[in-house]
Amino acid sequence: MPATQSLNVEVQYFAILREQRGLAREQLATGAATAGELYRDLAARHALALGPEHLRVAINDEFSAWDAPLAEGDRIVFIPPVAGG
Amino acid sequence: MRSGDGEYSDQNAGRGAGGERRFRLSPAPLERDGLRAALADPRAGGFVAFEGWVRDHNAGREVVRLEYEAYGALAEREGERILEAARERFEILDARCVHRVGALGIGDLAVWVGVSAVHRGPAFAACQFIIDEVKHRLPIWKKEFYPEGDSGWVNCEHCARAPHH
Repeated sequence: MPATQSLNVEVQYFAILREQRGLAREQLATGAATAGELYRDLAARHALALGPEHLRVAINDEFSAWDAPLAEGDRIVFIPPVAGG
Repeated sequence: MRSGDGEYSDQNAGRGAGGERRFRLSPAPLERDGLRAALADPRAGGFVAFEGWVRDHNAGREVVRLEYEAYGALAEREGERILEAARERFEILDARCVHRVGALGIGDLAVWVGVSAVHRGPAFAACQFIIDEVKHRLPIWKKEFYPEGDSGWVNCEHCARAPHH
């Protein structure tokens, strides 16, 4: 049995992170308590080459704090530097 | 997920109070005349538009084409908030913005902002405010393609860490 509670979440990737991860979305079970911990885990596992200091995070289609607690079923998006316009 | 695959219209996020969307993402080319006509108002004494065009160079390199990708649900929500903020901050009648996603060529219209107002001053100011916020806030990414065959994500390549091995 895992020592920490595991949550099922969906992660979506866009632009440079989508290319680095090699897919656009995935469902996963995570022991991470926050979006920041989740990114650290994913970046290490998949060699994502963007430091969190360059990213923002959105949970369920709203910008969020990195230390916001994750909940079951959350949809999480890590947002690389934007370039609209 | 690639641009323009239906990610943009599957929820009601980004709609105004009357259910009307002032901001939208478009996988199709933008038609100026129709966009402008939607702002027609007998009270308006002026109309200001900004058009962002795809140019053939950036940061010292020749560019041959672009691809825009958006996080549709959040971009539409934030875009609507930008237009609401402009309507609160400036004495304008209405404001609209459309941003392209997908593949664009040199000279294509990438983003269109239109503002109608009783007087021209607030229309100019609101138009500048909107395009500045759009560029700064919306989760939209631009990939440039170069004549040499390589490509790069604007504003992202410089902050990518060196590979781990």
